[in-house]
This record gives sequence, structure tokens and C-alpha cells, in this order.
Amino acid sequence: MAILITEETRVVVQGLSGRIGQFHAQEMIEYGTRVVAGVTPGKGGTTVLNRPVFNTMREAVEATGADASLIFVPPAGAADAMMEAADAGIRTAVCVTDGIPAQDMMRVKRFLRRFPRERKMRLIGPNCAGIISPGKGFMGIMPPHIYTPGRVGIVGRSGTLGYEAASQMQALGIGVSSSIGIGGDPINGSSFRDILELFEADPGTDAVMMIGEIGGPQEAEAAVHVRDHMTKPVAAYIAGLAAPKGRQMGHAGAIISAFGESAQEKVALLSACGIVVAPNPSAMGETVAGMLAAASDAA
Amino acid sequence: MDIHEHQAKDILAAFGVPVPRGGLAFSPEQAAFRCRELGGGRCVVKAQIHSGGRGAAGGVKLCDGEAAVREFAAALLGTALVTKQTDSNGKRVDRLWIEEASQIARELYLGFVLDRKSERIMIVASGHGGMEIEDLAEEDPESLIRMVLDPAVGLAEYQARELAFRLGLEAGQIAQMVTVLNACYRAYRDLDATMVEINPLVICADGSLVALDAKMSFDTNALFRRTQVAALRDPGQEDPRESFAADHGLAYVGLDGDIGCIINGAGLAMASMDMIQLAGGSPANFLDIGGGASPERVCQAFRTVLSDRNVSVILVNIFAGINRCDWIAKGVIQAYREVGIDLPVVVRLSGTNVEAGRRIIAESGLPIISADTLAEAAEAAVAARPQPVSA
Repeated sequence: MAILITEETRVVVQGLSGRIGQFHAQEMIEYGTRVVAGVTPGKGGTTVLNRPVFNTMREAVEATGADASLIFVPPAGAADAMMEAADAGIRTAVCVTDGIPAQDMMRVKRFLRRFPRERKMRLIGPNCAGIISPGKGFMGIMPPHIYTPGRVGIVGRSGTLGYEAASQMQALGIGVSSSIGIGGDPINGSSFRDILELFEADPGTDAVMMIGEIGGPQEAEAAVHVRDHMTKPVAAYIAGLAAPKGRQMGHAGAIISAFGESAQEKVALLSACGIVVAPNPSAMGETVAGMLAAASDAA
Repeated sequence: MDIHEHQAKDILAAFGVPVPRGGLAFSPEQAAFRCRELGGGRCVVKAQIHSGGRGAAGGVKLCDGEAAVREFAAALLGTALVTKQTDSNGKRVDRLWIEEASQIARELYLGFVLDRKSERIMIVASGHGGMEIEDLAEEDPESLIRMVLDPAVGLAEYQARELAFRLGLEAGQIAQMVTVLNACYRAYRDLDATMVEINPLVICADGSLVALDAKMSFDTNALFRRTQVAALRDPGQEDPRESFAADHGLAYVGLDGDIGCIINGAGLAMASMDMIQLAGGSPANFLDIGGGASPERVCQAFRTVLSDRNVSVILVNIFAGINRCDWIAKGVIQAYREVGIDLPVVVRLSGTNVEAGRRIIAESGLPIISADTLAEAAEAAVAARPQPVSA
């Protein structure tokens, strides 16, 4: 098992006709992901990578039965693309786009609430590297070979720091059930807590590595959730111990602007909630190994 | 993106917030002239810099008449004002705002921010204005009133009224307060702001409400559709290295240390800074070269980092996904050729096309220190710093 993407997931790529969309769709197909269609308004009727391109998401979903969408639409139209996917009945959308205005995301989140639970779309991102279930399929821009199939879930904000964790784990022979990038923006589709809930319910996941950073309340919310509701062990790393207050560190969301948003405060809270926190970013793999060893000793 | 107080007041006034009469001055003579325009009596001279805490730093003064205004303006213009929010170099004062003095009866705090918990616009208000919000939150948290706004509805009239009553305003001031709140909300929404702050919003002796100070920040991701806001940018208030980097598609933040960092991805960049600190060093900057970086962009990254004179060693740490290690390696070699590098450089490459990248570095014959892991790279960078000559 895995979460959010399996061999069965039928993926449509919004923005398939663009250079970036085409490049990454090609990689996804080579990995074995079921990419079934593309959507680019005005390019309907053409084919890209032997996949049909449609003008609208509704047509693409009706014709191909797609249930997931990967969004490579530029910032000005990305929010609209997410809403179109939700309205067309897509269940999981991943948005890679960086640079979307915060108020657009505010509107998207409000829009998603209009759908009843059974047909509500789960949004991952924006400004994320995507999602992968090693050996099954991926949606995004990550290098898939650094993930070995296995039973540890990864959830993180940063793409490249997530790669760092995956490759440290691979070097120690630790495999991954699914790795989910929730993105570096202040308003995102899914929070750490949302993804932890999925991993807790997934029979293919035994433990979780959570990679957070400075800024925002989501790591703290996740820590309390782990303490109160999770049975599976969770390890973590929080980036930004050396980051100054009040300065934005690349990610739009990576800024310490309130109490509890610094790396030091988050590490303290996570530890207090029973989460093993890696002391430094090169110890992420060892920390996961230590957590797994402790869990098997206890069992 | 930040703007000046006088620009924020212009914007808010256009949306219907009452502000004191005033004018902009770039010289002592012009400042004196603004004072004369306002009647020649008492007025407030305010340094226009992108920072709070100007009053405590000596950048705001109540002056009696033209001569006093001219004298204070002459002393202030061209100096760097160091506030508790700036670094030790301060911010240069190039313009002043000369404003009529107000008869203050009561000071309120009013702010509109993006609340990341509710993922909505939130109003924060307090009956105790004039203090910094951080101090207010610490010293008088009970006084803070928070109100979250639904993006589909906006600011409801009842919310504005309720807020006015909770602040203890009198009957005649309720309608004025509702007008101010609506104006701030519309300015925030229509211009893609990330913050609107009026501190203090004052109730004058005659019962009227006036925004005595104003601060606005904007979402840089939305500037493509807010050209009128983008035009308010003042490069004179920015760190020139950060402006240069931003113009070349790099996210850069200058810090105090001596190990220059060139990294891909914000998370890995922060993690590398942490690793440097743990290895006993100190990072000179945060720098994210972004995705799909060309050799040319890598070169610009070297230029940016080297413009900081404190830098004594450069650490390049790349985990390529959307990037390519061979391009990064070519960029490093191009930087040696074009920029001229006489400092130790540590390079750690991983991910897409890593073999090709490492081969290019190894075959270049350049004195590049290679590292395989994040920890090795940070330790090598700290070790490569020139040792201070011991006496």
C-alpha cells in the first residue's frame, strides 16, 4: 500500500503542452506512472507524448476516467487550474507552481469547501516537488531513483531537503512507502497533519519522517496531533536553526513572524510531544534508523 | 515588498481612511516650504525609511515653525537611521514627510494580516495604540481583539461595528471606524497586501479619527498584476546585494558570517546553514539558485556571494532534481574563468547527472574541494577558512 498515488492512479497533466510539463510527464511515464491525458486550453485535439490533450478538465476526466491531476500552470492561472480540477471531479491534485499570490490560495481553499466530503479534492502544494510511491508511480519533479520502496512515509515542505532525507535513508537501506511534498507557501492545500492522518491509516506505512522549517503554525499543530492521535512513531527535522527572525528564507512561508515559529521553539515542542528530532540535517537517515530500531525493540 | 509611510497613507486615503495633511521633502528647503504650506506653525517631521521604531531612533520630531523644521531636516537627511528593526548599518534617510500636528485624545492599534492558521485575512486591534504590536502582545495580550474575515464575504458590516464597540468608541465614532475598517480591508484585498497597519489610529480632541502612521507590505507573488504597487519600490532602501540577486532570479539574504552559500532549494539552503553552524562556522548568506539553473545563473550566484567582503570560503551544495549537476559544474568553472575566484571553494553535488558533474569538476584542474555528503561539505568549508595569524 501507499498513500495518494499507486499503480492504479490515472493522472492528467494540466500544462502538458509546455516545455516543463512535457519534460516531467516523460519522466513519470518512464517510471511507470499512468499518465492518461493532458489539458491545455486551446490545444484540445492534439497529442503530446502519445497522450490526448483536451481543452478542459471536464472533457479530460469524462474521456479518460482520470482521478488525479498534476498542475504545471504558471502562477497567474494556477489557482484557476486547481478550481477547474476540483470541479471536474479530480480526487488528488498536486500543484508544483511556485509564486502563486496568497489571496488566490485563500480563494482556492474557500472554493474546495463547497464540495461534499465524498467528492472533495485533496490538494497537495503549491510550490512543492510532488508525491511519489516508490516503484508504483510519481507526480512531480523529483529524481525518482533516490527512493527505495519500503515502509517509511516522508512528508516535508522542501523538495531538495526531502531528497536529502530520502538519499540518506537509501544509503542505510531504509525504504519509503510514499513521500509527500506539501510545499513552501504560507497557504497550502494539505498540512503536515493532513498527511500524517493518511500515513497513520495506511497499512503499508510503519513510521513517518517529517521535515519542517521555520514559519507558520503547521509543525506545532502536527506535533500535538502525533501526541494525541498517532500510534506509529514519527521522527522529524526542522530547518532554519541559523535563520534570523523576520527575514524570508526563500520559501514565501519561511519567515519567523510570531511566537513559536522559530526552529528552536518548534524543536522543543516536537520533542515534548514524543517526536525524535534529528540534531542536524545530515543525521536524518540515522534518526529514522534509530526510531525503527526502537520500535522493533518495543514490539 | 515594503513601501514608505507616505505612500501607504496616499493609498489608504484614496480608499477612504482620513490622514493628516502633509507633504514630501527631499531637502531642508523643501521641508521648510512644506511647513509653510501647512500654515507655518507646529508640524511633525518624519524620516521615511522602510523600518518601524523610527520615533525611538530619533527619526520623528515635533517642530515649531519653519526654522526648526529646516534645522531638523538638515540634520536628518543623508544620515543612516539605526532602529531596533534595522541592522547596525541602518537605513538611509533620503526623504521626509512633513505633516500637520494632531491633537491626540486617544491612541488605538489597527492591523490587517494574513493569518496562517485560519488561512484568511485577520484584523488585530487594540485600545492601546502607539506601542509595537510585539510589545503589545507581550505586555497587554488581553487588549488584543482578533477577527477573521471570510474571503467569500469580505468584512461584514456587523463585524466592523462589533469591533468599534469593543474598542470602546463613542456613538459618533462608530460610523467613522466602520469606514476606516472597510477602507483598509478593500486596500488589502484589491492591492494584494500582506499587511496593513495603522499605529496609532488616533481619536483627536474634536472626536475625529485619523491615521497618524501607516505601514503596508505587499505580496511579491502578486506584483505582476499590481503594477501601480510595483512602481512604489524604493531600491535605495534595499540591500544592494539582495536587489542584484533578485534581479537575476536568485533568493538571497545577507547574514553576518564568512561562509558564502550557493544552494538549490530553500529547505536545503537553511539546512546547510544549520550544518555550517554546527560545524563551528557561520554562514554569510542564504542563497537559493532555484530550479533549472543554467551555468550563467550559477555564475551570477558567485558574483552575488563574492560581493560580500566578509566571505572567506564558498560552499556550493546541490541536490539536483529539476536541476542538473553537469550544468552546475559548468557554472562553477565558468565562474572561475569570468568572475575570478581566489577563495577556497567546496562543492558537493548529488542527484541528477551527478557522475557527469563530478567528472567535469575533477577534470577542470581547478583547486576545488569536493565533498560527498552534506556533513562533509560543511566541515570542509569550515576547515578551509584562512586561519587567523596567531601572535
